[in-house]
Amino acid sequence: MTQSAKPGPSADPVIRMSHVSKWYGHFQVLHDVSLDVRKGERVVVCGPSGSGKSTLIRCINRLEVHQSGQIFVKGLEMTDNVKNIDTIRRHIGMVFQNFNLFPHLTVLENLTLGPMLTRQMKKSAAEDLAMHFLRKVRIPEQSGKYPLQLSGGQQQRVAIARSLCMEPEIMLFDEPTSALDPEMIKEVLDTMIELAESGMTMIVVTHEMGFARTVADNVVFMADGRKVESGPPEEFFGNPREERTRAFLDQILKH
Amino acid sequence: MSSVPSSPLAAPAAAAYDPDARLSALAWLRANLFSSVWQSLLTLAVAFVLIRFFWFVLDWGVVNAVFYTTDPDVCRAATGACWAVIAEKHRPMLFGLYPYDEHWRLVLMMAIYLGTVVLSLWPRCWNLRFLVPLWIVSSLSIGVLMFGGVLGLRYVPTSEWGGLPLTMLLFTGTVLIGMPVAVLLALGRRAPLPVARGVSVVFIEALRGVPLITILFVAVNVFPLFLPAGVEVNKLLRITVGIAIFFACYQAEVIRGGLQAIPRGQYEAAASLSLSYWQTTRRIILPQALRISLPAITNHIIAAMKNTSFVIIIGLFDILTATTAVMQDPLWRKFYIEAYLFVAAVYLFFGYALSLYARQVEKWIASGRI
Amino acid sequence: MTDANPGLRGKRPRRSPKDILYSESFRTAVYQIALAAAVALLGFYLYQNVVENLARQNIATGFGFLEQVSQFEIGETLIAYSARDTYGRALAVGLMNTLSVSAAGIVVATVIGFSVGIARVSSNWLLQRLATAYVEIVRNIPVILQVIFWAAVIRNLPAPRQAVELWGLGFLSNRGLTFAMPSAHAAHLWMLAALGAGIALAILASHKAKRHREATGRYIDMLWPCVGLIVGLPLLVWLGFGAPHEISFPERRGFNFAGGATISPEFVALMTGISLYSSGFIAEIVRAGIQATPRGQVEAARSIALRPRFILRYVVLPQALRVIVPPLTSQYVSLIKNSSIAVVIGYPDLVNIGNTVMNQTGQAVEAIAVMMLVYLIVSLATSLLMNLYNRLVAIKER
Repeated sequence: MTQSAKPGPSADPVIRMSHVSKWYGHFQVLHDVSLDVRKGERVVVCGPSGSGKSTLIRCINRLEVHQSGQIFVKGLEMTDNVKNIDTIRRHIGMVFQNFNLFPHLTVLENLTLGPMLTRQMKKSAAEDLAMHFLRKVRIPEQSGKYPLQLSGGQQQRVAIARSLCMEPEIMLFDEPTSALDPEMIKEVLDTMIELAESGMTMIVVTHEMGFARTVADNVVFMADGRKVESGPPEEFFGNPREERTRAFLDQILKH
Repeated sequence: MSSVPSSPLAAPAAAAYDPDARLSALAWLRANLFSSVWQSLLTLAVAFVLIRFFWFVLDWGVVNAVFYTTDPDVCRAATGACWAVIAEKHRPMLFGLYPYDEHWRLVLMMAIYLGTVVLSLWPRCWNLRFLVPLWIVSSLSIGVLMFGGVLGLRYVPTSEWGGLPLTMLLFTGTVLIGMPVAVLLALGRRAPLPVARGVSVVFIEALRGVPLITILFVAVNVFPLFLPAGVEVNKLLRITVGIAIFFACYQAEVIRGGLQAIPRGQYEAAASLSLSYWQTTRRIILPQALRISLPAITNHIIAAMKNTSFVIIIGLFDILTATTAVMQDPLWRKFYIEAYLFVAAVYLFFGYALSLYARQVEKWIASGRI
Repeated sequence: MTDANPGLRGKRPRRSPKDILYSESFRTAVYQIALAAAVALLGFYLYQNVVENLARQNIATGFGFLEQVSQFEIGETLIAYSARDTYGRALAVGLMNTLSVSAAGIVVATVIGFSVGIARVSSNWLLQRLATAYVEIVRNIPVILQVIFWAAVIRNLPAPRQAVELWGLGFLSNRGLTFAMPSAHAAHLWMLAALGAGIALAILASHKAKRHREATGRYIDMLWPCVGLIVGLPLLVWLGFGAPHEISFPERRGFNFAGGATISPEFVALMTGISLYSSGFIAEIVRAGIQATPRGQVEAARSIALRPRFILRYVVLPQALRVIVPPLTSQYVSLIKNSSIAVVIGYPDLVNIGNTVMNQTGQAVEAIAVMMLVYLIVSLATSLLMNLYNRLVAIKER
C-alpha cells in the first residue's frame, strides 16, 4: 500500500461525502447526503429497499455518478478525472450482492487478475497473494474450481478475497448476504467480522442487524434517499430518535 | 397455417427423448411410430416413400451405376449413375485452372492446410508458443506451394488458382479477417462513444441490407477506383476481403447478442478492480460473450463456407465454378447430376465436420474445460 | 460521527488544465472527434481518388445514363420493354422480375417450410427424422449450387415433344413449366377486387363481433361468416359474369406448346433453388416457434376450460407467432437477396440487368449504387415494420 498519504489523526476522514445528490431522470435517489468515515471505522448502512443505500456506496467508487455535492477519498475528490477514479478505485475494494465473480475464470484466476493487470505483479507473486487471502477466507482448497461450482457462501468469500488481493484500504459491501441461503450467511459474516477485527475501514450495506450491533462503530439509517439518522449502535438500537427509524427497527427485529 | 400450433396440443413432441419409452423396443415402437391409427398410417406412408426412394437410390446409384470407365459411351449405355465422371474429371473439378502438372503442389498444400487447422482446433495445442510458429510455417509453405517462383517451382499467378484449395483459402481468409472486424464492429456498436456507435450501426446495417453479390461487384469493379493511380491490389485478395467484411457484419450482430447477455455486475466488478476498458473487454467481457454466442457464431462460419461459392459470379474458379466449367464437356455433360452431387457432398462433409466440432466445443465449455 | 464540514459546502475547486486533460468527458470528446475526423478524411480521400480515376479513364459520372437508350433485349418482362427503351426502364424490368421470382419463392418456401417445420416436431419418429434430414441437407448445400443444379436439371429435361406430362394439367420440359390457366376474362379483375373487399369486410365484421362480445359478453362465432365473405364474394362476382369457365389447356404443337401459361426455365430453376434453400431455415424457425409455447401454457388454458380453438387463438398462436414472425421476415428478406444469384443462370433480375448496364456504360459506381439502394430499401423497410411489430407484441415485463 502507498503510505505516502499522511497517516494523520484518526479524526481525519478517509471518506468524506458532502451534500451528495443524485437523480435517475426526474427521480431523486439521493437527497443531500453527507457522511464522513474515519480510518478504521466500520459503518453499517441500513434502510428499507429503494432507500438509496446501495446507490450511496456505489457513488464512492463511481459505479454510479453523483450529480451534485462532493466525494473525497483520502483527500482526493471523485470527479470525472480518470486518474483520480483509477487511484480511488485502487484504494477501495467492493463486494457485491450477487458476487459478480468472473464465471469463465478459476477462483485463482479471479483473484490474480486484478493484481497482475492493475498492480503489475508477477504471476507467482500474485498467486502467493491470492492463496494467502484464500486461506484467510478458509477456502484455499477451492482455488482450481470455477465459481459456479461453489456454493453461494463460498462464492461470496472468494469475492471478498478477490477484493482483498487489491490490498485496499477501504472495503465496501453492498448487501453481501442478501443473495445467500440462510445457512451460508454466517460463514460470510464471520469472514467480515474477522476483517473488521483486523482494522479494515468498512462500509457495509446490510439488513443483518446482529452484525451491525456487534461490529459497527456507526450505524446510518436511510429512507427515501435521505440520511434519516446515524449514531453508534448502542444509541441507534437502544434509543432511536426518529419515528421512521423506530418503525423500521420494529419491523426488521420482529423476525 | 392454422394447423401449425396444433402440435403442442395434440401430441407429446418429446416422446422420442423420453427415457421411459426406451424400456423395450416394442414399447418404443408403439410410442413413436404406432401410437394411434392415424400415426400408424402416417408411419406406413412415410416408410413406403422412403423405401421407394432408397430402392431408387440403390438401383440408380449402386446396382446399375458405372463406377469406373474412361469411355463416356459405357456410361450412356448404363441406366444408373455414372460415377466414372468423377474419376475422370476429378482433377479439373478439384483443382480448377491450376497447371495440370503442378497439381501435386495443391495436394501437398491441402494436407498442410488441413493438418494446421486440425491442430489449431485441438485444445491440447492451444498455446500461442506453438500456434504462432505453426501458422507462420504453414502459411509460408502454402504460399510457396501455391505461388511457386522459388525453389525451382514454376510461378503460378493467383488468376490460375482454383478448385478446392481456392475454396479453402477464401474460407480461411474470410474467417481470419472477418472475426476481428466483427469483434470491433460489435464493440463499436456497444461503445460508450456515440460516434463509434453511429459508424458501426450504419456500416453493419448497410452491408447486411445488400446481397453479397453487390459487395463482390464493389470489390471487383469499384474498389480499384478507390485507390490512387498506379496502386493495385490483387483481385483474389479484394474478393476475400469483400466476403470477409460481409461475414463480419453478420457475425458482429451475433457477438453483440453475446455482449448484451453479459450482466452489468461483470462490468462493475471489473471497474472495482480498476481494470481499464480494454482490459475489461479482453479479459472479462469478450471471453464470456464469445462463449455465449458460440452456436450462432458457428452457424455463420458454416454460412461463410457456403458463401465462398458466390465467387462463381465474378469468375473465380472455386470448386463449384470449376465443376460447372468441366460439365461443359459435351462427352460428359449428361452426367452433371453425379458431378454436382459430388460437390454437394464436399460442402456437406466440411459443414458437418464444422458443426460436429462446434458441438464438441459447446460440451467443453459446459464442462468448464475451456 | 462527524457531519460534513460546512466549509466544504458549495466549494468547487477550480479546474486546472491538467484536470481537464484527464477528465472523462474531455477524453470522450477527443476520441469522438478523432474518429469522426478519421472517417470523414477516409471518405474524402476515397472520393477524391474515385473522381480522379474516373476522369483519367474518361468515364462519365452521374445518373444521366438512366435516360439513355439501352440497346439490349430482355428475355422476360412483366412490363412492355424493347431495346429502344432506356437503361432506367431496363432496370425497372429487372426489379419487377426480382420481385416476381421472390414472391413466388416466398410462397413456395413458406408452404414447404411450415410443413417440414411441423414434421420436425411430430411425435412420429420416422416423419421427424425425415424432416430433420431434409433440413440438414437443403440448409448445408450452398444456394448457388442448388440453383445451378436445378437449372441443369431443367436444361436436360426433354424437349416439348417428349415433355413430362403433369396429370393433364401441364408439362415440364426444357422450355420451362407450362400449365393450364383460365382464359383471360374481364371477370378476373373484378373477382380480385371482390376478394379484397371480402377480406376487408371479414376483418371489419370480426372486429364488430369482438366489440359486441366485450360489451355484452355474448360470443358470436365469426369463423364461418368470415370464410363465407372471403370465398363467397368473388364467387358471386364470378357467377354474376355468367360463370366464365373456359380454361386454356396447353398442348404440344410443333416444337413448342400452344395455350396455357409458361414460366421460363430460368424462373423455375431460380425459384426452386432459393425456395428450397430457404424452406430449410423456415422449418427451423417454425420448429422453434412451436416449441416456444411450453406445455404448461396449454395445460393452464385447459384448466380454465378454454375450448381448443380458443387455446389456439388466444394462447398458442400469439406466443408462437412472437417467436416465428421476426426471423421469418428476415428469412424472406434473405430470400429476396438470394434471388440476386439469378445472374449465374441468366434470369434477368435486377442484378443481372444492372450488371449488363454496368458493362455497357462503364459506370460501375452508379449501377452498383442503384442495385444496393433497391435492396437496402427493401431490407430497411422490412426491419422498420418488424420493429413496429415487435413493439406491438412485446410481452410487458416489469
